[in-house]
Amino acid sequence: MPLDQTRTGLSTTEEARRQIEICNACRYCEGYCSVFPAITLQRSFSDGDITQLANLCHNCRGCYYACQYTDPHEFQINLPKALAEARSESWERFAWPGAFSGLFQRSGVALAAALVVCFGLLFWAGQALRPESGEGFYAFLTHSVMVAIFMPAFLLPLFAISLGLRAYWREVGGMPVRLTHLTRAFSEAARLKDLSGGAAGGCNFEKEDRYTNVRRWHHQAVMYGFLLCFASTASATMLHYAFDMPAPYGLFSLPKLLGIPGGLLLALGGLGMAVLKTRGEKDLGAPALWGGEMAFVLLLFFTGASGLALYAASGSALVGVLLPVHLGAVLAFFLTAPYTKMVHGFFRLAALIRNAQMQE
Amino acid sequence: MSAKSEKVWDVVVVGGGNAALCAAIEAAEAGRSVIILEGAPKTYRGGNSRHTRNFRCMHRGPLSVLTDSYEEDEYFDDLIRVTKGNTDEELARLAIRTSEKCLPWMESHGVRFQPSLSGTLSLGRTNAFFLGGGKALVNAYYNTAADLGVEVVYEAQVTHVEIADGRFNAVEVEIAGGARQRIEGRAVVLASGGFQGDIDWLARAWGPAARNFLIRGTPYNRGVVLKDMLDQGADSVGDPTQCHAVAIDGRAPKFDGGIVTRLDCVPFSVVVNKNGERFYDEGEDVWPKRYAIWGRLVAAQPDQVAYSIIDSKSANLFMPSVFPAVEADTLEGLAEKMGLPAEKLRQTVDAFNAACREGTFHPTELDGLATEGVEPQKTNWARPISDPPFYGYSLRPGVTFTYLGLKVDETARVTMGGRKLENVWAAGEIMAGSILGEGYLAGFGMTIGTVFGRIAGQEAAKGAVRGENAHAA
Ligand SMILES: Cc1cc2nc3c(=O)[nH]c(=O)nc-3n(C[C@H](O)[C@H](O)[C@H](O)COP(=O)(O)OP(=O)(O)OC[C@H]3O[C@@H](n4cnc5c(N)ncnc54)[C@H](O)[C@@H]3O)c2cc1C
Ligand code: SF4
Ligand code: SF4
Repeated sequence: MPLDQTRTGLSTTEEARRQIEICNACRYCEGYCSVFPAITLQRSFSDGDITQLANLCHNCRGCYYACQYTDPHEFQINLPKALAEARSESWERFAWPGAFSGLFQRSGVALAAALVVCFGLLFWAGQALRPESGEGFYAFLTHSVMVAIFMPAFLLPLFAISLGLRAYWREVGGMPVRLTHLTRAFSEAARLKDLSGGAAGGCNFEKEDRYTNVRRWHHQAVMYGFLLCFASTASATMLHYAFDMPAPYGLFSLPKLLGIPGGLLLALGGLGMAVLKTRGEKDLGAPALWGGEMAFVLLLFFTGASGLALYAASGSALVGVLLPVHLGAVLAFFLTAPYTKMVHGFFRLAALIRNAQMQE
Repeated sequence: MSAKSEKVWDVVVVGGGNAALCAAIEAAEAGRSVIILEGAPKTYRGGNSRHTRNFRCMHRGPLSVLTDSYEEDEYFDDLIRVTKGNTDEELARLAIRTSEKCLPWMESHGVRFQPSLSGTLSLGRTNAFFLGGGKALVNAYYNTAADLGVEVVYEAQVTHVEIADGRFNAVEVEIAGGARQRIEGRAVVLASGGFQGDIDWLARAWGPAARNFLIRGTPYNRGVVLKDMLDQGADSVGDPTQCHAVAIDGRAPKFDGGIVTRLDCVPFSVVVNKNGERFYDEGEDVWPKRYAIWGRLVAAQPDQVAYSIIDSKSANLFMPSVFPAVEADTLEGLAEKMGLPAEKLRQTVDAFNAACREGTFHPTELDGLATEGVEPQKTNWARPISDPPFYGYSLRPGVTFTYLGLKVDETARVTMGGRKLENVWAAGEIMAGSILGEGYLAGFGMTIGTVFGRIAGQEAAKGAVRGENAHAA
């Protein structure tokens, strides 16, 4: 499905190429992010080059507000938009199975529906498969049922994403990965370097041509919040299997020490990203995806917030309602991951690794 | 808009580019009420300043992004070389010396510079590059001005500066095409740029050829205020028949093409006019030193157009161009696509190729690889145009700015009939002719605008207080 086209008759990739070639003759925005140094390595750009550049861009919008050639100038530069559209189109191309491509990326309604279905599923499982006895969560859903549901819900999306990554790597002409590439890519991702605006010390997402770090902080909160939550679950799994210490865990246990700050960061960051989205100019991203992206950050918020609520409710009757709600959110998050904004994390990392190779 | 005209402003700033903004910020920081009248709509605010890239700055040691040192004498020598001495030494040295303090001032008012990371910028010692370019600089200043309470009116075309008995009282302005209104002030800073946007004026000065010139910068600098001041007897500097024109891509937009329309292929090419004849040594010197000369050369050719032709050997030796080259497998094919006489082009290139000789080719330095026995000679980088595919670019003169301007003193005060006007200051391109009487030094336009903009703002702030006291007395 073709997206809005800035210049009639040009495909998304062609439009991005047209703009990138103008930027390559100009180079005023060189210091904002990794995209511009990558552009200057070449004179002509294959479709794969465009995909790579599009996935390097963080939609910070620094280059838009600095550009002397934005509409109504006849060059009509809007690089953040052109790259956002090329980027999301690339994710659709790489999505596996192809039938799901774009479904959740484009539609917040589909994502909300997936969420409801997952709630329903878990309520149903909770009612039908309620254990005879059990402590804490396991009074509602046995550990083996949880594993039976979440194991595939975690592994299948990972498998789908890895197929997408393989296709990405082929399209951008990636080479064998070395440790130096990984170190550089992970360090840039960890600092969210491309949202820093370089010497500008911030990005232009929500306050037009003024620079702020608000988006970077919120994004950082989401990223680290997610990683902490993930580590919390992983540590709980370890405790369960390796140390024979099943849930529930006390406040000073590893799962809680990781999970509570993780949940807080995820909820705050997700909410912050949602608020920023309402402030930023829609037309500097991919307008067709706005709803899906909004639904995704709200899902992040909801997952973190419902997890915290569940913990706060421990011991009370509310657990019976909150557990399926929270697990439903987690389930929806994982199942839809290959088809939502979540993939940007994976493709961005791949792009950073590829960029490290190209800058050598 | 009526509220703006009911009030008497301390300082009225005419224009909305770098010089105007520096003046407005200084005056507002001195506690004055300030209004900026910017002729362009908001999206095109900032005049030619929005197209700039860097600022030439004196420094006695490493300073911010600038490496090494670049001291007053070296800077002044560079200026003398391009102007051939056509400069007011006192004002020039003032601009140079003050530039050193301007860079930290710019940083503290929101301008961000590009750390010198890129190998492509050979000016890392003398010039500080704006992160994001001139539009980002202009944005930063508008934000600073807004925070200081400066009132900005867009689409405010000033048509007349009311001066009586050596004193400014008000400007006449048309806002968004509405009826003409008066805005009163105690002091005025004129920073409305040159007149290159007025093609008729260019044609009067240059002759009809100027109608085929392209204007690299804003269409909003039409010299209305400059003309109004000159008509009222303000003293002028600079040569009205001169403008700074470089050779740019012939397909560039008529206005506002900016930086991307430059073409750096000339030294590696043969350049012919529309009759297929060569007319000048393409390899005289490195391109940054010659691109201004080519503006005039192309302006002197029929229809003010020329064609630069290279072969595949040279296709990647220069900065990528914004428009793709015209490409063909044969010279005749290229001639046809570009509308050149094929047979004549073939003869010209054959004669040129026959005059090339063996030698080592060095694209980045003067390599002395010159032709023998062809007129005009090509004195460097002369290699036969022989390996297909062949590429062609058209060239046209692109005007950067005009030289005619208002004469000012070292406090940026405008004079009329040799006498200082009481409360009129000018800054930027409108007075740059005082310093840059000829030629062009990369990054010096922003230096002049920043230095004199700041001075004009400070002086106007003082002048506005004096004006107030005079009224009260
Ligand atoms: C493509 C290009 C690249 C350049 N690159 C550089 C560079 O890298 N470094 C450098 O130092 N110099 C550069 N220059 C030169 C530089 O742009 C000028 O020297 C500098 O911008 C002059 O600043 P200014 O404030 O005087 O004028 P401008 O920035 O041109 O501002 C004039 C302002 O006056 C307004 N105006 C005009 N008439 C009226 C009116 N009647 N009423 C109200 N407002 C009016 C205009 O809208 C505009 O806002 C470049 C020029 C061009 C064209
Ligand atoms: S976004 Fe605009 S100003 Fe920035 S490099 Fe591209 S063309 Fe130049
Ligand atoms: S929007 Fe930001 S990250 Fe994307 S290309 Fe522009 S400056 Fe780079």
